[in-house]
Amino acid sequence: MLPEAIEAMTVQLQQVGNASSLHGAGRRMRRVVEESRETIADALGARPSEVVFTSGGTEADNLAIKGFYWARRPRRRVLISSVEHHAALDPAQWLADSQGAAVELLEVDEHGRVRPETLRAAIARDPDDVAVVSVMWANNEVGTVQPVRELAAVAHEHGIPFHTDAVQAVGQLPVSFAESGVDALTLTGHKIGGPMGAGALLLARGQTPVSVQHGGGQERDVRSGTLDAPAIAGLAAAVSTAVKEQEALSRRLASLRDELIERVRAAVPDVVLNGDPGHASQQSASASGGRPEVSPGRLPGNAHFSFPGCEGDALLMLLDAKGVECSTGSACSAGVAQPSHVLLAMGADAAAARGSLRFTLGHTSTRDDVDRLIEVLPAAVERARRAGLG
Amino acid sequence: MGLRVLAAMSGGVDSAVAAARIAEAGHDVTGVHLALSANPQSHRTGARGCCTIEDSRDARRAADVIGIPFYIWDMAERFQRDVIEDFVSEYAAGRTPNPCLRCNEKIKFSAVLDRALALGFDAVATGHHARLVDGVLSRSADQGKDQSYVLGVLTREQLGHAIFPLGDSTKAEVREEAARRGLTVADKPDSHDICFIADGDTRGFLSERLGAAEGPIVDQEGAVVGSHQGAHGFTIGQRKGLRIDRPAPDGRPRYVLSIEPVSNTVTVGPRAALEVTSITCGAPVWNGPSRFDDLTVQLRAHGEVYGCRFEEAGGGLRIDLDRPATGVAAGQAAVLYSGATVIGSATILSAS
Repeated sequence: MLPEAIEAMTVQLQQVGNASSLHGAGRRMRRVVEESRETIADALGARPSEVVFTSGGTEADNLAIKGFYWARRPRRRVLISSVEHHAALDPAQWLADSQGAAVELLEVDEHGRVRPETLRAAIARDPDDVAVVSVMWANNEVGTVQPVRELAAVAHEHGIPFHTDAVQAVGQLPVSFAESGVDALTLTGHKIGGPMGAGALLLARGQTPVSVQHGGGQERDVRSGTLDAPAIAGLAAAVSTAVKEQEALSRRLASLRDELIERVRAAVPDVVLNGDPGHASQQSASASGGRPEVSPGRLPGNAHFSFPGCEGDALLMLLDAKGVECSTGSACSAGVAQPSHVLLAMGADAAAARGSLRFTLGHTSTRDDVDRLIEVLPAAVERARRAGLG
Repeated sequence: MGLRVLAAMSGGVDSAVAAARIAEAGHDVTGVHLALSANPQSHRTGARGCCTIEDSRDARRAADVIGIPFYIWDMAERFQRDVIEDFVSEYAAGRTPNPCLRCNEKIKFSAVLDRALALGFDAVATGHHARLVDGVLSRSADQGKDQSYVLGVLTREQLGHAIFPLGDSTKAEVREEAARRGLTVADKPDSHDICFIADGDTRGFLSERLGAAEGPIVDQEGAVVGSHQGAHGFTIGQRKGLRIDRPAPDGRPRYVLSIEPVSNTVTVGPRAALEVTSITCGAPVWNGPSRFDDLTVQLRAHGEVYGCRFEEAGGGLRIDLDRPATGVAAGQAAVLYSGATVIGSATILSAS
């Protein structure tokens, strides 16, 4: 956790009070919560009333997707990208399995991007029956940044609420709720140096998804449950710090990431880079609201590769044994690694999907880490190839 | 620097303690749970099954306590092909396979070992109750739990890359040690039966795959004394579940003497007719010392041992027993011991 978040949280852990209470301790705690709300709103281009605290990203995704679906019944269609995190895919799938929803997965191109025309065509098949559209801001596996603003505008042509899971984007990319035009945006604390178990759904005024959990109605009558004020204070500190440092961090990470990609390519010539090929140098810029918005095609700390002939799990094990930590990015289904649905959606075959690894750089990453990776990678790849695809 | 060891961790107490012991001995240990079922059940019911999600979590929890890296390897396809399909086709051919033995031979010390060696490991360790000293396999200190029989089919090469850290311990000692080490699987029930037949209904499992076909149950003279729903549901020496209405003329119980899959005929007769003294086997695997005395043979898992002599003939092995054995089934392994030491094995083809 960021020191700022630890400090903010630690101070509040020593206080008593329930932010919903009317007595002095309650009022004091409410002030902490409301100031945190204002901090987050300010950092992310939202109004304080648009911040709905949740227990994290999964809850926020569930609230947006299920909540909009229920609120807009009898509409049945749920349009969601095929590369979503399971926190968004699975609630949609549940709606299909048990609530009568017609879930349609939006196709992506070979870089993992949902094209606005894809969404427009999907909506056009029966616009009046679409309950909600959900497309993530940036992909957690291959790092591809989605054209969220254009997609939201397409949904709004038909008055359809648009949700985006921005868990990966906050702190890595410039995120403005207002400028993006989305109706609901998911963020979570632990991805930005904040506490685990604290997150929020930014929810535009006038949008009222049906609650997933009912009770005291603490958060705009949309989300119930006693607020975890210390965690919220930690979340606010983390959001504030992460957004403040985003530009400098992104620049540093993107350049380190570009170096990593070049050196991995040199070390393993037949490696395939997955996701958006553009590097930090190929950013498209647009000015809006007086603030220059730089939107690269890929998360600055993300590098994702397929190593032909290797099994990702074997490579991960070999690299881990050498002190390099990476991820296969594949979901574990029944304890056994499954080929990533993201890579499959991008057109990869199952073998290529299984032979893939993600390297994520964060604020503690240095050139030494890249040196270490390049030092051990060729031998690990060779060995994993010999072990074959099991 | 010790060896790089892959510890196969089922989620049970034995493999957890085995992994802990080799890690403590200074080896570089990585825990691997073998996912053997394509559609695992979420949790165990009783003592059956060995590859549920709960088991894989138990294995991971044990690895965390021991402090070793842990991975899950998907071996479901290989297991399906080399163990389950083999099991079904052996029954279809009228033989009685031992799937645990096949799993050791084809999965743990073949597919897993090969992959481990390719990835730079030196050896595979398991929680089997058997001794292995300098590549020589012998019986466990715990006679009741001894698993040297189901390992007796391994070649010298396979044994050369195996480690069985529990050979000198009893099961009770292993459980006690697990508790002392804070391994929460200490009280987990032992697994029995066939892991991929979760409900224990082997006959039902086979009928589902081989179909039910009514056939006769005949006595030694060929007289039809009953009927059955598929010869694959029977094992040589089986007494229960024959469902013959008429008692034998002498009033004594009848046993399955032979199974004829082609004519779908099961022959039954008195216990005396089950007795055999001469066993014909396929090609032997010699994996122990070449000099031995006190020669015995074990003809099924947890079965009795018999004093014997053997001779190699025509690429196979003929074993003559000192006294008659019953319930000797084709498809089982004959494992030869010199005292407690395994010297080799061969698959039983027929007995008389």
